[in-house]
Amino acid sequence: MDFVSKRKWFFIFSAIVILVGIVSMSIAPRFKVGIEFEGGSALSLNFAQEVDEDRLRSFMSDLGHGQAVVQQVGDTGVLIRTTTLEGPDNDGGESERDAIEERLTEEFGTIETSELSAVSEAVAKETIRNAGIAVGVASLFIMIYISFAFRLMANSMRLGVAAIVAALHDVVITLGIFSILGKVIDLEVNAMFITGILTVVGYSVHDTIVVFDRIRENTGRRVSRDMSTTINTSIMETVGRSLTTSLTTLTVIVALLLMGGGTIESLLYTLLIGVIVGTYSSIAIASQLLLVWEERGMNPFRRHEEAEA
Amino acid sequence: MFKKDLRRLVFIIVLVSVAVLALAVETFDVGIGSVNFARGDDDGPLGLELGLDLQGGVQLIYEAEDENVTKSQMEGVKDKIERRTNAFGVTEPSIQLLGSNRILIQLPGVEDVEEAKRLIGQTAQLEFKERICEDQGDPQCTNYQDQDIGLTGELLTRAYASTHHATGAPIVNLEFNGEGARIFGETTNRIAGTNNRTAIFLDDEEIVAPVANQAILGGQAFIQGPDFTFDRVRTISIQLEGGRLDTPIVVIQEQNVDATLGEDALDKSLVAGLIGFGLVAMFMILYYRIPGITAVISLAIYIVLVLLIVKLVPVTLTLAGIAGFILSIGVAVDANILISERAKEELRTGRALLGAIETGYTRAWPAILNSNVATMITCVILFWFGSRFGASAVTGFSITLFIGVATSMFTAVVVSHTLLRLVASTPLSRFTGMFTPVPGQVITAGAGRRTQAQRERN
Repeated sequence: MDFVSKRKWFFIFSAIVILVGIVSMSIAPRFKVGIEFEGGSALSLNFAQEVDEDRLRSFMSDLGHGQAVVQQVGDTGVLIRTTTLEGPDNDGGESERDAIEERLTEEFGTIETSELSAVSEAVAKETIRNAGIAVGVASLFIMIYISFAFRLMANSMRLGVAAIVAALHDVVITLGIFSILGKVIDLEVNAMFITGILTVVGYSVHDTIVVFDRIRENTGRRVSRDMSTTINTSIMETVGRSLTTSLTTLTVIVALLLMGGGTIESLLYTLLIGVIVGTYSSIAIASQLLLVWEERGMNPFRRHEEAEA
Repeated sequence: MFKKDLRRLVFIIVLVSVAVLALAVETFDVGIGSVNFARGDDDGPLGLELGLDLQGGVQLIYEAEDENVTKSQMEGVKDKIERRTNAFGVTEPSIQLLGSNRILIQLPGVEDVEEAKRLIGQTAQLEFKERICEDQGDPQCTNYQDQDIGLTGELLTRAYASTHHATGAPIVNLEFNGEGARIFGETTNRIAGTNNRTAIFLDDEEIVAPVANQAILGGQAFIQGPDFTFDRVRTISIQLEGGRLDTPIVVIQEQNVDATLGEDALDKSLVAGLIGFGLVAMFMILYYRIPGITAVISLAIYIVLVLLIVKLVPVTLTLAGIAGFILSIGVAVDANILISERAKEELRTGRALLGAIETGYTRAWPAILNSNVATMITCVILFWFGSRFGASAVTGFSITLFIGVATSMFTAVVVSHTLLRLVASTPLSRFTGMFTPVPGQVITAGAGRRTQAQRERN
């Protein structure tokens, strides 16, 4: 199989997927964001008997929480998202949560389990900033590390840049798919999603390095004088391993998802998408970028000049 | 070669036996000389420490309202919360400072987050009392009565630790305002020369009860004691400062998890782990045959070793941490896959089995090392990201993934390498075919291309 000659199609395919994602990300709501990124309280209740989502929603509105988002979880569970609920005051007054739960018990029966998480808006803003910094810093360090690890190769910086561009390609695609899934199946973007994104960066680079290492080896062995043949050979030789490893990784992710991901559901979905995209990009994007770079040089107009000559 | 492998095998068996033992005994306490090493927790399986999301509990993050809060003020807040949570009867509360103005509180087993907040939010009460000993001859003053003298925290203007100008002993300095100086002067005047003392209470809990040698009238005093260490005077002054001036704090993040739901999540993830491992093992054996079997054995050893490290460090296991661990099972086979694929290629070039295995390892090593280091870099960044806002889910995930990746390199290179070489030294090696994967479309295509490339070169 000749992967290298098909690179235009890979690039076009990626561009389309990224574009669809960007379109989805530009239509409100861009993402369904969790409280970690927006601030507010999320109250997760399980009643002893079945509850009706609509009735509970209108009841919450009567309680003065009209902005609350109520979502049914199974027959007896509900997830209520509101602005940050006030805690108890120091004089021993009742907290907003206690008040809500008391009224709900009167109306809908016993609450069996109740879980709450709340994040202030200031912290939520900080989290978004830190998430950006984390992805940026991780990319930078990995780029430096790859350039160092392959320092014996000519233009080892290019390897670092290509690996990171491929990884960011994966991140953008995963973000796009999440934006779509947020609209379709209410999949939420939260701190675990960022964890997933960073893991995807790591995984994608992991896969890319395996291909790069083969390119390094094949260049040293002078498999071919032609760079595109060397790269294609390297991709061919590692594709079996890439697919097998992705398969085993996907197997465990699916096993975790089938057991009911719970609080880490968005992490698992991110990884599920990311592992697939990461495997694709290590074959279709990362090493191909090396070739594009090599052929066109740093100057994007060089090809044009050559044509003139 | 064979002898060296046997020695390694013995080492592996001993290591695994010790690991299994250390995991099977839920809690242990080993003392060698003065070094004491105790590990294990009663709550989790295998004595592993479970995070709040698995055993239920409350997590709160507070932030000081004043941005320019000092470190000792934050320590005062921490001390206050520690005392309050102890009173709450929590078995293993964890209270730590995050950055310069935040504090992370974890209360396992506590379900009522509102009650916890109420307790933590209360203003501290610092009080000086006069202690009258019933037996003036008793230097310990075991029987006494404490009397209110109206000297409270508001009348104290400053408390700080320093050393005595002459003796160099650690002391706690106190400074009162006018009203405070008056009451303190009167009290010390009354008790000077007697066995009576001033007892200082924070939230009704005694901090220290010093005697007075003479009346102290200027509003400035210091406390010294034969058992005072630098740590002790520092703690006392932080407590006094904390009681004198309440540092206002607000909740910026809170979470509580129901214990039954946590238990359920733990069970589910254990089942998921077993299913994941089973499927991966089945695939490896069916596809890679003999190297698959050695890979699965080394994967099992990998699991035991990771659990051991998690227990010894100890790492608190969260749901995300377990996910990181289970995920690393998928990645851990990668090294084995890389090596098996390389060995297969070497066999195709006509090498003998042992040589092919050796070359497979040597050639696959740089890829294994570099790709795993890249993952470890992301783990470190993730840890930073998570610890910025006390997201134990994020930090837990990054720690177990890091341990997993590091351990997987060890088991792939030492364990499965040794096992594979040993198997290749037995009569089984005659069945070379059993050492290569089931022929697949993609893989034969790869090898075919290679020979073509080689032909081009020649």
